[in-house]
Amino acid sequence: MQIKSPKDFWAGAMFIAFGAGMAAIAIKDYQMGNAVRMGPAYFPTVLGGLLAILGLVLLLRALALKGEKIGRFHFRPLLLILAACVAFGYLLKPLGLLGALLVLVFVSAYGGHEFKRKEVLILYAVLFVFSVLVFVKGLTLPFPICPEALEEYCRF
Amino acid sequence: MEIIANLALGFGVALSPFNLLMCLIGVVLGTLIGVLPGVGPVATIAMLLPITFNLDPVAALIMLAGIYYGAQYGGSTTAILVNLPGESSSVVTCLDGYQMARQGRAGPALATAALGSFFAGCVATLVVAMFAPPLAEVALKFGPSEYFSLMVLGLVAAVVLAHGSLIKAICMVLLGLMLGLVGTDVNSGVLRFAFGVPEIADGIGFVTVAMGMFGLAEIIGNLEQKGAREVFTSKVTHLWPTREDFKRIWKPILRGTFLGSALGILPGGGALLSSFGAYTLEKKVSKYSHEFGKGAIEGVAAPESANNAGAQTSFIPLLTLGIPSNAVMALMIGAMMIQGIAPGPQVMTERPQLFWGMIVSMWIGNLMLVVLNLPLIGIWIKLLTVPYRWLYPSILVFMCIGVYSLSNNPFDTLLMAMFGLLGYVCVKLECEPAPMILGFILGPLMEENLRRAMLLSRGDALVFFQKPISASFLVVSIILLAIIAFPNIRKTREEAFQE
Repeated sequence: MQIKSPKDFWAGAMFIAFGAGMAAIAIKDYQMGNAVRMGPAYFPTVLGGLLAILGLVLLLRALALKGEKIGRFHFRPLLLILAACVAFGYLLKPLGLLGALLVLVFVSAYGGHEFKRKEVLILYAVLFVFSVLVFVKGLTLPFPICPEALEEYCRF
Repeated sequence: MEIIANLALGFGVALSPFNLLMCLIGVVLGTLIGVLPGVGPVATIAMLLPITFNLDPVAALIMLAGIYYGAQYGGSTTAILVNLPGESSSVVTCLDGYQMARQGRAGPALATAALGSFFAGCVATLVVAMFAPPLAEVALKFGPSEYFSLMVLGLVAAVVLAHGSLIKAICMVLLGLMLGLVGTDVNSGVLRFAFGVPEIADGIGFVTVAMGMFGLAEIIGNLEQKGAREVFTSKVTHLWPTREDFKRIWKPILRGTFLGSALGILPGGGALLSSFGAYTLEKKVSKYSHEFGKGAIEGVAAPESANNAGAQTSFIPLLTLGIPSNAVMALMIGAMMIQGIAPGPQVMTERPQLFWGMIVSMWIGNLMLVVLNLPLIGIWIKLLTVPYRWLYPSILVFMCIGVYSLSNNPFDTLLMAMFGLLGYVCVKLECEPAPMILGFILGPLMEENLRRAMLLSRGDALVFFQKPISASFLVVSIILLAIIAFPNIRKTREEAFQE
């Protein structure tokens, strides 16, 4: 057996995993009910079943029909951008906007083609001032500006 | 004349200083993101949703609508000057617009796009004002079975109009429907697919999904490519089209406007479909079809009129049926729900200020856009020279702050990153995210209406075919699917998308 269309094959595999997985959870954990009074498992099971079947069709077809290769995954931008966002979320409370934005801007900028330290520093400063003025002062979002530890020393 | 009274009411609302300001902010932002390639209206509106929470509902919707149709104006500027679609709906404008720029006729191309868009915007505003009320009246009679079938039709249409593989698009819709079910089941109170995570007990936030799938995936995708751009910034000298140009463009603008208005109303339609449709039509009927692709002014006029008309008329299904026809409209539903407005036919009768104010604001917004895009074109051209390496960290900052502020919980940024990963994988596997988003918003609604319809019919699934309106929706869905499965027509569809 040979995978002739990798794009379709892996898309099919993904859909089967999602569909079958969610249908299995629904059947195991929730009540099915019947067509008149549908339980919480009914609709997800039908959808999941359909998704798994279509995924299987896609997967089998990928063994017969020739298709395109999957483009190369660029792990550097992918991982750095995603990590920057997650880090921002979890650092905002302990480090305030001052620290969280620093991490977000520098890590994400590092995921690009060119990284010029001076330029990114200026960008960070501009974005920090803008965010404080617009989001914290203007729209009164309850974000801490300074790191928790330095609260006493910095006032904006 | 009821319509005049209604429009007068709308003018009263839309001309209030604050609403005018919001409209201006919306269209300026729209033009801005339209000009910038790699930032779409979906991500922008998603970003701004949390901020609109504190606004008056009318002002919030006026601003968000402005972003969508404003982006249609801005998108053409980039298409013409850089040969990059600023918005997906200006893809076809690149073909002839860029060629015109290369021949030193960037000015007339830009002016044609703006004037065509303005004309289309005016007509589309009237179309919405005329067709929405009767449609809402019909929709008031809809029961659960009609709603269910209508949503099926909407999803089928979205699938049919998606690029690429039909079966993948169906899978994406199903995936979206299932993700929409995550959270507490309204009927039984059972927590579904929450995996012990308390943050998703109320469901996965729509904004989080949209920003991850569109915003993050788009940025990562852009960072993969290293493209040299050739920008014709200095060559925009005289703007005004010649008399000869005017003679050539008025008919394409008319055709584009009408086609766009019609295609915008369709479920699954909107700006993108309209521009493709108009270009294809124009190429068939134009006397100058041999010039298409080599800088024919008709190739700019028709799709640019059509995409603006389509962007505006796609509000009709949203405002009258409460059903989104594309991803942007799905976000508008999200915005309405944040404000505590249940989208549907009752909006027009219960909140006439909102309804008519929004419609009139579209016309005012178009007026502002002509001013923004013709005399002030120089400012937007300057923006094109901003390098992407400054742009994307800024976008990320806004996205992260927006998502975090939804519930002041870092979990949302984690969830956004996860959907960003899913979105990136989907792009790599050539699975379009747009049908998924539509399924996501419709998932809970569909389940709810399916359950009610089945309860009323005592479990008889034939009820969907016994009621005439419901049956006709389903028949149209089946015909659409049959047509697309038919190899001959599928081929022409693929050709149409390739152009």
